[in-house]
Amino acid sequence: MGAQLLPLAADLEAARSQMAFTLGFHIILASMGVAFPAIILVANYIGLRRDDEDALRLAQRWSKVAAVLFAVGAITGTVLSFEMGLLWPAFMSRFGEVFGPAFALEGVFFFLEAIFMAIYIFGWKRLRPWVHFWTIVPVVVSGLGGALSVVAVNAWMNTPDGFKIASDGSVTDVHPVDALLSKAFGYEVPHMILAAYMVAGFLVASVYAVGMLRGRRDRHHRLGLLIPLTLAAIATPIQLGVGDTAARAIAKDQPVKFAGMECVQKTHTHVTEYILGRCTSSGVKGGIGIPGLDSWLVGFSTDTKVIGLDSVPPDQRPPANTMLHWAFDIMVGVGSALMLLGLWLGGTWLFRRDMPRSRWFLRATAVSGAAAVLALECGWIVTEVGRQPYIVYGFMRTKDAVTDASGVWVSLGAVLLLYAAVGTATVLVLRAMTRRWRTAELDEGEGPYGPRPDFQELSEEPA
Amino acid sequence: MSTADVVAAVLWTGVTLYAVFGGADFGAGFWTLVARGDERGNRARALIAWAIGPVWESNHVWLIFVLVVLWTGFPEAFGSIMSTLFIPLSLAALGIVLRGAGFAFQGVAERERGRRLATRAFALSSVLTPFFMGTVAGAVASGRVPIGNAKGDPVTSWVNPVSIVIGVLFVAAGAYLAAVFLASDARRFGDPDLERYFAARALGAAMAAGVVAVAGIFVLHEDARYIYDGLVDEGLPLVIASALCGAAALLLLWRDARRGVRVLAVGAVVAVIWGWGIAQYPYLLPEKLTVADGAAGSETLTALLVVFGVALLLVVPALALLYTLDQRTVLEEEAEP
Repeated sequence: MGAQLLPLAADLEAARSQMAFTLGFHIILASMGVAFPAIILVANYIGLRRDDEDALRLAQRWSKVAAVLFAVGAITGTVLSFEMGLLWPAFMSRFGEVFGPAFALEGVFFFLEAIFMAIYIFGWKRLRPWVHFWTIVPVVVSGLGGALSVVAVNAWMNTPDGFKIASDGSVTDVHPVDALLSKAFGYEVPHMILAAYMVAGFLVASVYAVGMLRGRRDRHHRLGLLIPLTLAAIATPIQLGVGDTAARAIAKDQPVKFAGMECVQKTHTHVTEYILGRCTSSGVKGGIGIPGLDSWLVGFSTDTKVIGLDSVPPDQRPPANTMLHWAFDIMVGVGSALMLLGLWLGGTWLFRRDMPRSRWFLRATAVSGAAAVLALECGWIVTEVGRQPYIVYGFMRTKDAVTDASGVWVSLGAVLLLYAAVGTATVLVLRAMTRRWRTAELDEGEGPYGPRPDFQELSEEPA
Repeated sequence: MSTADVVAAVLWTGVTLYAVFGGADFGAGFWTLVARGDERGNRARALIAWAIGPVWESNHVWLIFVLVVLWTGFPEAFGSIMSTLFIPLSLAALGIVLRGAGFAFQGVAERERGRRLATRAFALSSVLTPFFMGTVAGAVASGRVPIGNAKGDPVTSWVNPVSIVIGVLFVAAGAYLAAVFLASDARRFGDPDLERYFAARALGAAMAAGVVAVAGIFVLHEDARYIYDGLVDEGLPLVIASALCGAAALLLLWRDARRGVRVLAVGAVVAVIWGWGIAQYPYLLPEKLTVADGAAGSETLTALLVVFGVALLLVVPALALLYTLDQRTVLEEEAEP
């Protein structure tokens, strides 16, 4: 049974795959948990302000969808907190005290979000309308706070701060507040929060775009598309600005990561910006090259020196350079395309006070949700793979953090199966909910976090 | 009392809350699993489905609380436990996924089949999770978790008499708590038949838990001497308190008196958990790592306590509000004809 039966390197790959998969899954649900309540808040506000029943009905239905997603996100989040120790015990043993308080803060926000989510869903018809409206505000705020705390830890892993390494290699002189507010905090946190708003906005809008393409062009669908799409359209250009700042900051704070993202092999000036292509040890093959642009993007001058991968020995460079480079380019490309979609909406609205009539607009919106998720995942790959081979940039390698326990391949298999089942069930349940809404069958009390249905009624139901 | 001791007490409070509330939740799943398919069994299951409301769900946040306080306040113990006990903790996490999925989907799944599947996932996990959590507790208590990355035996660390006994004890204690709570819920709904149903099961589970606990004393004597010595020494008053609470609750259940049973049942569980904590003190990992040696730096401990204080200030009133609203609907529903 001992660890020696399986090669340790293989377990590192299993651990990395399991972490990547579970985080990649959770990040979609987490984004919905962070930003969906804000969309609901807007719909609820419009509904009350303008006495708009369509908007109120949307807010009510959305709150139930949000509750299902939140409950599933709570599961995948709990799994992640187990995995911190199950997969990376050496990392936790050594650095847990440095970044741990940020997670404690996250726990408070999560608790508050869960409680107020329950109160909000509970409060439809039970609280006075405006009192009820105010109960979603803490959900929105806790969503922001939770994202801030978790991303602060990831930022810290990229730009570690708030501790010293003693001569015997142990961690001393820990200042959790400095760790919480590390350098990358300033750009990673807004980048992730805006990404969450984009994902939630485009994803919800895309559902109603599909409905409209299928001929359901009532006011309910129109509002269901416009409210989230407007929020996402506002978030996207800001995101491009923040992302651009982040990339420049990474070129400074984590130059090797940046070199990996752009496949810059040698440190030099007048660096060509390549769009896609294959990253090889002698530079990018194929792809579209724009001479000098990479240097210009880093320092607003083609004379800017960009640090290359050759600045460090090969064992300190990130792996999978082509994937890293593609992930970065796809993220930026998809983000730009989504901005154009937002401009289309904004421009048409400015001139005609209406949304674009073209079916192509609906088609573009219908795919925008999946596109935003793709950009989100690509961004996550950039920050995680780009940090390799380190788990704590410059201080601890991922291979030194991994568990010595064998059997990670088995748990990876179990996790893949289980998540496939949970993912499928989530989709089936949400589809069943919308179907019942269409046939007006779903009771207002149903759903997780909802008020309990009457017990007598339940007990008469055939089991 | 040092800051590290305070943080250890906070951690233990989280463990206690999770054991009581999370344990009762798992216990409810246990009763779902064993309820028969007849009319009475269906009503019992319906009561349980009703009881797993929003308030019970928030109980599971205590688990995250325990994990976070452990890895922040006592990182070395956390890494050692999570790596040596990789197998039972992975299985417990699996159970938690199933339980959460059951909660998320049971109310909204398409009737009948989907709902039954969600219920079954919930029921199965309710036995799996507390049992494996119990084996983890047994591994720690019997000193089978050395310091370091997976330094203990991956199998015998949790497949041993102490772990098995504590695993079974966790399942039995959860079932006991749940049956006590459910009997009182049934009474609130004016269903004397279901009240008797759960009172009988509470009695059965209490006796089972009692037998396992007595067996546990012998096993601890043989296999976890440090804890045994602590339990019959500094921990003795709490062990006696637990036994008295348990016996009193049994007596009340026997005589069909319902008032006070809940408090006594919870008291029995809480007393034994703190008895264990006191018996194990000053060790995080008995005879291997003390609270003082395993504690994080002082700024981290202070930060943790500050966040805990903020949490109390914010979360407790919010939870009270939710609980009040929840109870109020129950009252409204009862008032309806």
